Amino acid sequence: MKNTERLQVTTPTDREIVMTRVFDAPRRLVFEAWTNPEHLPHWMLGPEGWTMPVCEIDLRPGGAWHFVWRRADGTEMAMSGVYKEVTPPERLVTTEAWAGNWAETINTLTLSEENGKTTITNTILYPSKEARDAAHKTGMMEGASQGFNRLDEYLRTMA
Amino acid sequence: MAPDHLDATFAALADPTRRAILARLAAGEASVTELAEPFAMSQPAISKHLKVLERAGLISSGLDAQRRPRRLEAKPLAEATEWLEGYRRFWEGSFQRLDALLDQLKTKRKKRRRTKR
Repeated sequence: MKNTERLQVTTPTDREIVMTRVFDAPRRLVFEAWTNPEHLPHWMLGPEGWTMPVCEIDLRPGGAWHFVWRRADGTEMAMSGVYKEVTPPERLVTTEAWAGNWAETINTLTLSEENGKTTITNTILYPSKEARDAAHKTGMMEGASQGFNRLDEYLRTMA
Repeated sequence: MAPDHLDATFAALADPTRRAILARLAAGEASVTELAEPFAMSQPAISKHLKVLERAGLISSGLDAQRRPRRLEAKPLAEATEWLEGYRRFWEGSFQRLDALLDQLKTKRKKRRRTKR
């Protein structure tokens, strides 16, 4: 792994998930990689084995975005939303919902830069605690149930 | 798992002493006395923590009536951490690729700047 900080994921309230991560690049580049359909399908792929054949982005307040991921066996997952705030290179607010009858979240991405490194904070806000728990319970991310054998490891990081 | 149960699990995990107790139990079952040892805490104080963990279904008591050894119940913890782990895995994998992409973008820009000069 690179000389970057590890990803931090926390749940500060019943309705939020917050993740932070440091990147060894100016925030202008990070913002661009996050919002340009030319770049996004190359990295926002989650665990191994997925591609992103559809990546539509209309980057302006009120503009829609739509992503589809596909696995080799044909399994597809789709997600879409609307940009609420677009302030390059420091802030991006969007709604986000998985295809199907899923709760819509509001995701706020902030980017701060220091000495050429960028810290991103992505806050995912659920409409209610129940919605968050329901999404989590069903393992909204594919791969969530794959190879969960890390209990000891997890306990060590928590203790 | 009912959402309420998930709540109880998270509430139980929110305390550092209780996480330390779980970490200890991950290594094998232990009696209340054994669990109290590493902490500067009375046995009743430890028992209180154990009750919270038990209510959340994170630990159970063994059958030995005298020792009543506590043991870890992995399932609720696995379910509670599963989505967070899945979430983390999605983004960790993605961000490692993003690191590589950003490196490429940085190099490209440097080259472009050089050719402009």
